[in-house]
This record gives sequence, structure tokens and C-alpha cells, in this order.
Amino acid sequence: MSLPIEINEMAPDFKALVLDRVPAANLDLCLTCGTCTAGCPASELFDMDPRKLVRMVVLGLDEEIAKTPWAWVCTMCTRCINACPMKVDIPKLVYNMRAGWPREKRPKGILGSCDMHIRAGNAMGVPTEDFIWTVEDVAEEIQMTDPRFQDLQVSVDRPGAYYAINQNSREPVTEPDELAPLWKILHAVGADWTYPSVMWGGENYCLFLADDEGWRYILEEFVYHIDNTLKCPVVVNTE
Amino acid sequence: MRKFKIDHKFEFTTLITLYAQWIREGKLKVNSDWNKDLKIKFTAQDPCNMVRKTWGQKMADDMRFVIRTIVGEENFIDMVPNGINNYCCGGGGGALQAGFTDQRRAYGKVKFDQIQETGATYVFAPCHNCHAQIEDIGHHYGGHYNVVHIWTIMCLAMGVLGENERTYLGDDLKDFGLHKEEPS
Repeated sequence: MSLPIEINEMAPDFKALVLDRVPAANLDLCLTCGTCTAGCPASELFDMDPRKLVRMVVLGLDEEIAKTPWAWVCTMCTRCINACPMKVDIPKLVYNMRAGWPREKRPKGILGSCDMHIRAGNAMGVPTEDFIWTVEDVAEEIQMTDPRFQDLQVSVDRPGAYYAINQNSREPVTEPDELAPLWKILHAVGADWTYPSVMWGGENYCLFLADDEGWRYILEEFVYHIDNTLKCPVVVNTE
Repeated sequence: MRKFKIDHKFEFTTLITLYAQWIREGKLKVNSDWNKDLKIKFTAQDPCNMVRKTWGQKMADDMRFVIRTIVGEENFIDMVPNGINNYCCGGGGGALQAGFTDQRRAYGKVKFDQIQETGATYVFAPCHNCHAQIEDIGHHYGGHYNVVHIWTIMCLAMGVLGENERTYLGDDLKDFGLHKEEPS
């Protein structure tokens, strides 16, 4: 049975919380035009869409919002806010929905990668010496088999290199041969580069997990390593 | 870093920006001659994190400049919509690790249809997440495209792509331009 909405009894606490953390989220400015929903591939999944979500937030349906797994299906791709005439920050709203889940109830795959990143310095949990061994092994193979790359240079943590290159940590582990084409390009242009070994990996699962503390820790460690140990003037994220 | 106001001295950039810069400066000598007769068609995904969320349309334009240089102007077929208006592949934001596989694939159907519409047999996905998701939806929905990094085709175009570096190439390019040592 549907009930009329009692305006006086609405308690949009979650809306207040989000606006406190993201003052420019513009949640009250939604015109309900639906431009967000029309261009969102996650619309209708779990019976949810961005416009509906904003209505629920404004009406204070906090319990339903806290429960919906849609928070993990939306990819926070920002296409909605990009198109929104009122710049309602739905991606940051979703980020805060994720942050509202008890940490241990958040998706295991993301949680595990975030924890691993904090503990081991990369999301795959590769020990630094294994990473160095893999890089050197692949490089040696190329130097030995292709005379055009006899003097191919690769290094990890070489202080003073111009570029610090941040590789996705899955590549050295699951498909090390995929590292080589990039090295060949860097060799062809004579780039002066190195791989950092602290908090490396272009990905950041703590961001996906909505774990501010973990996310910040990873960035701080990474920035410290680049600025103080390696002193590389440029950091490059790979493809 | 902006979110947490962490100061850093280094400048932050991406490989695609550098590829574009090096090609323009003449440092990276590469062209699309290899594909003149093959006429293999390519399309490209705009990774949300690099394009819409960080560097905007300029990044999308640089990526297309690089791609057109290595596959040929006439062999690049853009998706609709594209650039900062392109759709997310559905693999981002942790979706590949979140465990909601059916929903992730339903999300990715939009991307799959966009790719099919181009008729391209190769998709550039210069982001590890996009790469994995676009491969997965291709298998799931029965697509016949290959998903590649830019560095693979770049090396192919330069004639330096090794035998072990062709995992993501289709049968049409598995042996193409493979460097053979002269027996001494």
C-alpha cells in the first residue's frame, strides 16, 4: 500500500552527512530532468538509477540507500555529473554510500586488494625483490635474443631518473612479457626512466573501497618516495 | 592528491601524453605503413579516469592522434559517443573485483554494442581495467574483436614486437612482421 509522504517527518540525515563532507554536491538542486539516468549504463540495475537515488536521498530514505548494492555497480565514472545541468555530484554521493558500509561487509575482492596494497606496497602483494627479479629477467631475455635491444636499460628505484613510471601491478605478475613493448618504446626515444618500488601500481583499490585513510596513506608513501628518495621530476601513469 | 591536499614536487602525466609529444617532436619514429594493405580497423575506449575525470578532451584528442598515426587515419573508426562523452566500460571503480558479475556484464552491454557498431576488429583499451572488462564482455556476448594496448600496436608498427608479446593479437597479426635472425 502506498502512503502519502509526510514532509514534516522527513529526516534526510544521509543527505546532511554528504553535504557536510561534499559541500558542493548540490543535492537539493536536482531538477529531476533525468539526463543522468538517460546516459547511465547502470540505470535499472538493482532497480536503481541516478535520478531515483537522488530523490531517495532528498526524501531521507536512508535505510534503503544504505542497503542497495547499487553503490558497487555504479563505477563512479562521472558521466552523470558531466551532463548534469545543476552539477549534482552523484559520483561523490555514491562514494559516501560505499563509505557507509561496514568495512568488513564491503566487497571482498576490493577489500583484499586495498589491504594488500597497504601491507605489501602494491595491490597484488608482490615482494619488492620478486618485482625486481621479474623486471631484470624479462629484460635479460630481450637483450639476449634481439640484437637491436642489446643495450636496453631497465631499473627499479634508480635515484635521479627523469621519469618514474607507475605500472599496473598485475602486469609483472600475470603477464610479464607485456612489460617489454613499453620498454622498447622508451628505449627508442632514449627516455631516462625507472620504476618506483614503494606503493607502486597505477591502480588504487582503497579509493574504490571508499577507504579514505588507506587511500591517503598509499598516496603519502608514494609521494614521499618519489620526492625524497628518487627525486624524479615527472611521474607517469601507464596505459 | 588533490583530495587530500598532499603536496608533491613532481609533475604528473600519462604515457599517452608522452607518446603524442614524442611523435610530434619526431623522437618517436612510427607510422601506419604496416597497415596500408591490411586495412585492419581499430576503435578505442576512452578510459574514464584519464579522460573525463582527469585530463579531459585534450587527452582524448592526444590518444586519437597517436592511434591514427600508428594505424592510419582511414583505419580508425570512432565509437559514438566518444571522448569525454564516452560510456564507461563497466569495469571501473572496482566493479571487476566487486563480485556483481551479472550486473557488471549488463552494464558492459552498452560498451559492447558501441564496439560492434564500429565494425572494428581491434579495440584499444589503454587502461588495465577497461582492457579486462572489454575482453570479458567480448567473450560473454560473442564478439569477434581483440583488445590491445597502444604499446603493442606501436611496437608492431615499428617492427620491434617480439614473439612473446602478442598475447592479445588475433591470428591475422600473430606472426606479422616478426623479426627473424639471419642464421650466422
